[in-house]
Amino acid sequence: MNIFSLMMSYPFMMRAVVVGVLVSLCAALLGVCLVLRKLSMIGDGLSHVGFGALAIASAFGLSPLEITIPIVIAAAFLLLRLTENSKIKGDSAIAIISTGALALGVIIISVSQKGNTDLNNYLFGSILAMSDGDMVLSIVLSAIVLILFILFYNKIFAVTFDEAFARATGTNTGFFNVLIAILTAVVIVVGMRMMGAMLISSLIIFPAITSMRLFKTFKPVIISSAVLSVICFLIGITISYVYATPTGASIVAVNIAALLLSLLIGKIIKR
Amino acid sequence: MALVTCDNVTLSYDSKPVISNLSFSVFSGDYLCILGENGAGKSTLMKGILGLLKPVSGKIIYGDGLVRNEIGYLPQQSEIQRDFPASVKEVITSGCLNKCGILPFFKKSQKEAVRKNMELLGISELAGKCYQDLSGGQQQRVLLARALCAAEKLIVLDEPVAGLDPVVTNELYDFIKILNKKYNLSVIMVSHDVNGAIKNATHILHLDHDDMFYGTVKEYITGDFSKKFLTLDGGDNL
Repeated sequence: MNIFSLMMSYPFMMRAVVVGVLVSLCAALLGVCLVLRKLSMIGDGLSHVGFGALAIASAFGLSPLEITIPIVIAAAFLLLRLTENSKIKGDSAIAIISTGALALGVIIISVSQKGNTDLNNYLFGSILAMSDGDMVLSIVLSAIVLILFILFYNKIFAVTFDEAFARATGTNTGFFNVLIAILTAVVIVVGMRMMGAMLISSLIIFPAITSMRLFKTFKPVIISSAVLSVICFLIGITISYVYATPTGASIVAVNIAALLLSLLIGKIIKR
Repeated sequence: MALVTCDNVTLSYDSKPVISNLSFSVFSGDYLCILGENGAGKSTLMKGILGLLKPVSGKIIYGDGLVRNEIGYLPQQSEIQRDFPASVKEVITSGCLNKCGILPFFKKSQKEAVRKNMELLGISELAGKCYQDLSGGQQQRVLLARALCAAEKLIVLDEPVAGLDPVVTNELYDFIKILNKKYNLSVIMVSHDVNGAIKNATHILHLDHDDMFYGTVKEYITGDFSKKFLTLDGGDNL
């Protein structure tokens, strides 16, 4: 506890913790839907697009979040369209877009004569990236994501479980697909600079997979996913503070540990 | 006035017409079985009836005050559902969604409807169970209960007995018949099972590529159209 209060006495750490907790929470909620619909790769693809957009923003000296969010939302629309279209294989489409955006981003960063430190920060995250303005924007965006998720919880369940039924009985499934894609895009962009473009999708995938080993009905999975995600984040960031390890990678490592533990617990329960 | 009227309807799948100039009506209390081989256009027609697919030409009209969110639907099971973490109650409750409108949460009357439908199908004791742990027959009952939550006048079933063993198949047929007779719910069922259709339905629509039949079960059995299908399916016992 002492370590934690000491850690929070640094303003940059406080900002990182606030943003990180909110992003972990939102990513975990949306992650359950994405993983269940076999769309977890969309999260990965979007983070790469986010990297490219971030590179453009920094090369032209523009404010990062305001440029990145619209570009990533547009990419989310596109990816969703591609995965719905049976003629183009969704997974290859995602791979094309994500590697393409990554390549473009790397070129822009190297041409705009900035050193390797910047590239490293974008790819693997930096805890120093958060400004006060970013923190406020993150709080607002996360609040919107949470409120929409709670308001539409039942509809999101129905659309995730059985899109054909939901559509046939009059739910506007297209709207909810787009909503989930937009919310995912927002969460990825907000969390990307701290976690890194390479690692942010872990926040979407790990808590959902871990929770699905532990629980077998929807509400407990959602709640456990949210709680677990926040706990893993807090442990991860504390470890990174104490041992000076990279923040994003430490959080992923804690998530991996949680997954392994849940596999073990799952095995024991089954016996 | 019929509940659903198909008036000279042409439907396409992947911009190829699979159903051309089809006309038939489903009246209140009817139990219509749509038969046909794979690729004959059964599922496409069903999507048209559910309003998910617009006809290329002709009209599909709802009558008798039927509104789209009063139709219950039992789809074929999808890949996703096989390892989906959901309780039986969660699945069935999602059937009430079309009664919620823009309200984010369920009303008391809807929770009551869920309880009643679970009782009706004899799955009340499964309420807290995980959907993926159920047997095929139980899963189908759960999905039927969900469809009932959505249904007011009409229920549309997409191959409900596919993959079920004979005992469970008969149970499900009996149950659908009760819904039709006792609860006066009109039924449209897409099926492969000619014998099951003859035993249970009141009307048959048989799609066979260029040919088709629409009429009562009696007309179907006595007519020429059904001959090749009935002998193939061992229907001479009838």
